[in-house]
Amino acid sequence: MRAKSAFLTVAHRLAILAYVAFALFPLFWLLKVAVTPNDLLYSEGIRLWPSRASLEHFDFVLRHSAFPVFFRNSLIVSGSTAVVVTILASLSGYALSRFRFRGKYWLVTLMLLTQMFPLVMLVAPIFKILSPLGLTNSLTGLVIVYTAFNVPFATFLMQSFFDGIPKDLEEAAMIDGATQFVAFRQIILPLTLPGIAATLGFVFTAAWSELLFSLMLISGNEQATFPVGLLSFVSKFSVDFGQMMAAGVLALIPACLFFLLIQRYLVQGLTAGAVKG
Amino acid sequence: MDYAARQQGLSAIRRPLMKRIADASAPYLYSAPALILIVTVMLVPLVLGVSYAFRDIQLLNPFSGAFIGLDHFRALSQDEAFFRSLRNTLWWTGASVLLQFTFGLILALLLDKPFRGRAIAQALVFLPWAVPSFLAGLNWAWLFNPVVGPLPHWFYALGLMSQPANILSDPQLAMWGPIVANIWWGIPFFAITLLAALQAIPRDLYEAASIDGAGAFQRFLSITLPFLAPTIAITILLRTVWISNFADLIIVMTNGGPADRTQIVASYIFTQAFKRLDFGYASAIALVLLALLLAYSLLIVILRQWLLSKD
Repeated sequence: MRAKSAFLTVAHRLAILAYVAFALFPLFWLLKVAVTPNDLLYSEGIRLWPSRASLEHFDFVLRHSAFPVFFRNSLIVSGSTAVVVTILASLSGYALSRFRFRGKYWLVTLMLLTQMFPLVMLVAPIFKILSPLGLTNSLTGLVIVYTAFNVPFATFLMQSFFDGIPKDLEEAAMIDGATQFVAFRQIILPLTLPGIAATLGFVFTAAWSELLFSLMLISGNEQATFPVGLLSFVSKFSVDFGQMMAAGVLALIPACLFFLLIQRYLVQGLTAGAVKG
Repeated sequence: MDYAARQQGLSAIRRPLMKRIADASAPYLYSAPALILIVTVMLVPLVLGVSYAFRDIQLLNPFSGAFIGLDHFRALSQDEAFFRSLRNTLWWTGASVLLQFTFGLILALLLDKPFRGRAIAQALVFLPWAVPSFLAGLNWAWLFNPVVGPLPHWFYALGLMSQPANILSDPQLAMWGPIVANIWWGIPFFAITLLAALQAIPRDLYEAASIDGAGAFQRFLSITLPFLAPTIAITILLRTVWISNFADLIIVMTNGGPADRTQIVASYIFTQAFKRLDFGYASAIALVLLALLLAYSLLIVILRQWLLSKD
C-alpha cells in the first residue's frame, strides 16, 4: 500500500515537472539564442547552453535598432488602454452591480454579443472609418479601438468585484448625506483596489498582445507597436536570429511582470465567482 | 421668511421629482461612456461591414464603391481557396480544442492535489498564457526552424524524419506547427478554469465516498466529472468559437502557406483585407463566417433544449 502511494506521488511530481518543462522550454530557447554570439549560433546549433554567452544582441537591439521606439509605443498604447478601460469599466460595472434598470438586460446582451463575434470582421470597416479622421497610423486610434474591444470583459470583471462588497457600506454613507457617486468614489473604489489592479493587468496584457489591428492600422516605423515592428524586422532581416530573439525577450518582460502581479488572483478570483454561482 | 428657509421649502417640493429623475438616469450615466464606445467602435463598423459585402470596395481603387449585389458571393462559391480554408478551420479548431482541453484537464487535476511548491509550479505552468500571441507564434516558428531550433534535429534523431526539415514548409504537416503552438499557449486557459471549478467541489464528498469504499477512479467518475460537466461544456463551446476565429498564430507562423494548407477562414479574411486591400470581398467572407458561427450557436442552444427536455 505504502509503495503504491509513493509510486503515485513520484508519478504526480514527474507529471508536474513535464508540464513545467513543456511550458518553459520555448521561452528558455528564446533566451538561449538571444545570448548566443553569432559565431557560435550555427556551430553549436542544438546545445542547451552556448559555451560562451554574451549580451551583444541586446546591446545592438537597444542602441542601434528602432525597437526602443516600438517598445515605447506599445507601452503608451497598452498603458493608456488599461487606464481608460479600467475607468470606464468600473463605472459600467458599478451600474450593473448596484442598479436595477430597464436597459440592463440589453446592455448585458450587447456586451456578451461583442465577445462572441469574430473581431477580424471589423478590420476593414474600422480602417475605413478611422482613415478620414486621421486616426490610422496613430497611437490614439489604436487606443480607441483597443479600449472598445476590452471594455465588455473588463465590465464583467469589475462587476464581479463590486458584487463582493456589501451594499450596507454605501447606504450608510448616503444616510450620512453623501451622494451615491461620492460614496462610490470614496468608499467602494478604494475597497476594490485589488480588482482594479487585476483589471489593469488583464487589459494591459491584452493590448500588448494584439496583432491584427495594429498590423492593419499602423504602417510607418514611427508609430509601430512591438508586434508590428518585430514582424517587419522578421520579414526584412530574417537571418539575424540573435537580434530577433533578443527583441522577443524584451517584448516578454512587461507581459510577464503583469502576469506575476495578477497570477495569484487568477484561480482565487474565478473560484469566488464559481462558489457564488 | 428668510432666504434659507424659503430655499429649504422650495427644495422640499422640488426634490422628489428631481431626485426621481436623477435616480432613474443614474445607471445610464454610469454605463453611458462604455456603451457609446462599444456602439461607435464595434456596432457601427459591424453594420458597415455587412454593407461592404454587397459593394465593390477596394482601397487602392478610387472608382470602386458601387453596389454590386451578390457578385462577391457568386465569386465565393467558385473560390477553391475559400472551401479549403473552411476545411482547415474545422481541422485547426477540432485538434486545438480537443488537445488543449485534454492536457488542461490533466494539469488541473494534478494541481488540485496539495503539494510542496504548488504555488510556484502553478505560476510556471500558467506562464505561457501571459506570452503575447505573436511572440508565441514566432517562438514556435523558430523552434521548428532547423537553423536555430532543436525540434527538427530531435525528430531526426528519433527517426521521425529522414532529415532535419522544417515542418512549417511541408504541406502535409504544416498545420501541426500552429496547432502545437496553440496547445502550448492555450493549456493554461483550460487549466485555470477547470482548476477553479475543481476547487469549488465540496471536499467532504470525496471523504464520504472513500469511506464507502470508492476507488480513486470511481470517485473521479461519480463526483468530479458530474460537478465539472457544466464548466466543461461552457468553456469548450466558447473556446471553439474563439479558436476558430484565432488567426494570430497562423499569420505569424505560416501566413496561410504553404500553398494555402494552413489558411483558416479568419486568416483568409485578414489576408484579403490586409494584403489585397479588397475590403468588399473580405467583408463577404466575414459575413459567411458570421452566419456559420450563428448556425453553430443555434445548434448548441437547440441541443441544450433537447437535453433538458429529455430529463
